Amino acid sequence: MTARILDIPVWEVVKKIANQEISSEDYISETLERIQKIDPKINAYITVIKEASLDKALELDKQIRQGKTVGRLAGLPIAIKDSICVKNIKNTCGSRMLENFVAPYNATVADKIIREDGIIIGKTNLDEFAMGTSTEHSYFGATRNPWDSSKVPGGSSGGSAASIASFEAALALGSDTGGSIRSPASFCSVVGLKPTYGAVSRYGLVSYSNSLEQIGPIARDVRSTAILMDCINGHDIRDSTSKNTVPQRFADIFKNTVKNLKIGVPNEFFGEGVQKEVHKSIWNVIHKIEKLGFHYEKTTLPLVKYALPAYYIIAMSEASSNLARYDGLRYGFNVLKNNLNWNTTFSKNRRNGFGDEVRQRIMLGTYTLSAGYFDQYYLKAQKIRTLIKQDFDRAFKKFDILVVPSMPILPFALGEKLNDPLSLYMCDINTVPANLAGIPSISIPCGLSSGLPIGVQIMAPPFREDLLFKAGYLFEENVTIDKSVGEFTNV
Amino acid sequence: MSSESKKIKIGLEVHCQLTSLKTKLFCNSPSDYREKPPNTNICPVCIGTPGSLPVLNRNALNYATMVASSLNFEIMSHMIFFRKNYFYPDMSKNFQITQYDRAGGVPFAINGYILLNDGRKIRLGRMQLEEDPAKISYDGTIESSSETYVDYNRAGIALIEIVTEPDLESPSDAREFLNKLSSILEHLNVLDLGLEGSVRCDANISHRGGKRVEIKNISSFKEVERALNFEMTRQKSLASKGISVSQETRHWDDVRRITISLRLKEEEQDYRYFPETDLVPVTLSETFIEKINHDMPELPKEREIRFQQEYNHSSEIARVLVKDKYLADYSEKAAKESIAPREVGILLAVNLPPFLNEIGKDLKSLDVAPEHFAELADMISKGEVSRRSAKTIFLEMLKTGQKPRNIFDKKGLDVISDSKSIEDIVTKIFKDNPEAVKDAAKDTKAINFLLGKIMQETQGRVDPSIATKLVKQKLSVQ
Ligand SMILES: [Zn+2]
Repeated sequence: MTARILDIPVWEVVKKIANQEISSEDYISETLERIQKIDPKINAYITVIKEASLDKALELDKQIRQGKTVGRLAGLPIAIKDSICVKNIKNTCGSRMLENFVAPYNATVADKIIREDGIIIGKTNLDEFAMGTSTEHSYFGATRNPWDSSKVPGGSSGGSAASIASFEAALALGSDTGGSIRSPASFCSVVGLKPTYGAVSRYGLVSYSNSLEQIGPIARDVRSTAILMDCINGHDIRDSTSKNTVPQRFADIFKNTVKNLKIGVPNEFFGEGVQKEVHKSIWNVIHKIEKLGFHYEKTTLPLVKYALPAYYIIAMSEASSNLARYDGLRYGFNVLKNNLNWNTTFSKNRRNGFGDEVRQRIMLGTYTLSAGYFDQYYLKAQKIRTLIKQDFDRAFKKFDILVVPSMPILPFALGEKLNDPLSLYMCDINTVPANLAGIPSISIPCGLSSGLPIGVQIMAPPFREDLLFKAGYLFEENVTIDKSVGEFTNV
Repeated sequence: MSSESKKIKIGLEVHCQLTSLKTKLFCNSPSDYREKPPNTNICPVCIGTPGSLPVLNRNALNYATMVASSLNFEIMSHMIFFRKNYFYPDMSKNFQITQYDRAGGVPFAINGYILLNDGRKIRLGRMQLEEDPAKISYDGTIESSSETYVDYNRAGIALIEIVTEPDLESPSDAREFLNKLSSILEHLNVLDLGLEGSVRCDANISHRGGKRVEIKNISSFKEVERALNFEMTRQKSLASKGISVSQETRHWDDVRRITISLRLKEEEQDYRYFPETDLVPVTLSETFIEKINHDMPELPKEREIRFQQEYNHSSEIARVLVKDKYLADYSEKAAKESIAPREVGILLAVNLPPFLNEIGKDLKSLDVAPEHFAELADMISKGEVSRRSAKTIFLEMLKTGQKPRNIFDKKGLDVISDSKSIEDIVTKIFKDNPEAVKDAAKDTKAINFLLGKIMQETQGRVDPSIATKLVKQKLSVQ
């Protein structure tokens, strides 16, 4: 009996907790037990917050019994990527550099979750400083895919997506710089939204590439994803790039089913790097939708073929500057405190505190910003970025949404691509265009191939997350995924 | 100007903290960081805590616009901020948020100028807004210290950087320029120049056509002229020995008052400037700039003209008075209290400076009320005291802070105006100095000796023209 509460859709759970059908205490206990039981095999969490979570659950249950109004996330266990600060909790970014760094403040999204009575149950694993597509580049070990623990969960928000897929949390937050929410959402068969740039405050998110990234929600279904997005979006005076608009509300948009959707399917996202199983699965779902009376049209976004190199140049350039602050002087890894001049101290701290992938990206980014190379790399990449934006603008004059594969390939084995960074970078080919254009994009589970998940990606114009949720809901309703075949995806 | 000094070309790079802002440039930590224990005036943003983001202080835009406008700059309507990347412990993020005039960037403003008294235009190439680094200190010198101390209290304070073209032709030009700049900034009330470290200056100096030497970290405007004089002499002396000046960066040691070579100019450091996308582009509308101009406080130039009209100051006196806002405000208070504002101007602009020079103090540190100057000016203009007595009272007033009338009463310094008393004194002097009287009878030049004796006797309280008349009368009678 008790095992089943984790199986109830989260958007229903929150209602049931509020009307006392389920107690938050039970739900949190179940979740903590689940974590204790299976996380040693998955490694989704870097930090689990046990006592405080249970205390908060008891307190909320009491308030509910007393008839007090509680927040919109009341009693739900929420996992947060370990690059998003939660006050007085370690914020490691998956790095030795910040192994013992305790955040002195809450990220705005953490504040908002707390205000809505969400229970932050832990901090999840990630590729070091969010640089990766497999969650293998973490100082705290790789996270494993709950569907098949020999496979990677995608990344860099692999811990968040895995925690959702394995029922170790109800909702999760990730961050997406070039696909870091959609990649693990796709690989773990959960829903992950990368919001419009500026829709969610980045205050408290440790920057990797600040002009590209957004914090976004991950959940097991579209409606539950919308609940979390509902609570975290909106302007924040502490993040100048957050858009100064009224927060969007998504909780009620599922009352009316969507009638008209002009669907575009751009060729560039179905290139030779896309595995045939993925092809098949995506077209399968498009045809299902077509049968319901929604028409699609093939289209083209010619500049998108330059997206990947432009993305990596911009991301690494910004990373080289964003990560310059980690020198061990004010916080973080410090190899030796005395008898060295500051220059040597900085070098030693950075050499030993950062992992190989991070160091590689810092060095490449330093190179692309250097005098003599700045114009041919950084500036050119920015020009391409503008052109890609214009490509999308044109497309969205004709279509409401664009439908493409999230990941070009199926989840691969741990270690398979560790020595082949280029093929790892290629995994981001379908996700980076949305980051360059700043548009919202969602990954929805759309099928399994040999028991491994495939995700469909839907993109919409800026601040049209509502379209993504509506379309995503429609897709979700027409796809059935057998969770019983997964190793840890069945409660 | 001598032809010698015309061979000199000087350019300045001035950094001014906008100390009147309540908070730092990109966070809510207070601007007032002075006198606080190290690393207590900080927040996640200004020490670069992971995840923190900068937010632009909009008041800094108002202040910078005021400064740019009053220095005749063209203000850029659309600008972005840049990151200047370099590793150094004084930068909490290991980059500085600043502005840049390349790679798609523009400074805050371009093409400003300041006019010197003789009408020469000192061109100001650009002005930009940026954050101040932290303060680094050592035990003793850099070389001998085993530790490097970093205090982030100052990190993130709003700075404006103003860069001149090399239009200054002498160290005294530099002083005049900086005086004018200071007075403008003070009249705008955007910073307090009296605060330690609120202004800093780098200078470059070269003989025309020669190599350029940069002098870094001159910690106050007053030091600039000294540093330049030293450097000018050093370069001239090298030239006279036939040694060529090398292009280098030198440091001003304000204790030993010499410049020291820091490094020979090698390759320029690559700061990898690129846009700071955590901040959004800034747009300054015409309406915004018009409003700032409309609300602009009175500037020194306007005040100089008003002083001439309102207080009847000569143009020279008015110019001296507005050179320093404190003096200008002080003189205005005194002038308003006086029936003889013109006399007030003379006391403050002509008589006061030599006294201050001598005692090595400034007006602020004197404990004398402006009303005292007004009272003394009134006494002079009414003829109650002679010029000479006035000077005695003036000095006494400056030293003790007493009211002029009190000094006057105590010392009995009123003018001896009844002719009977003066005659008695003349008679006494004639009696005491028979030899001199004889000389004076033969040679009129010798009269001065007798007059001097009379002045001595009366402590200068006799009108010299009356005394001369009486002495001549008495001589002719004998
Ligand atoms: Zn601060």
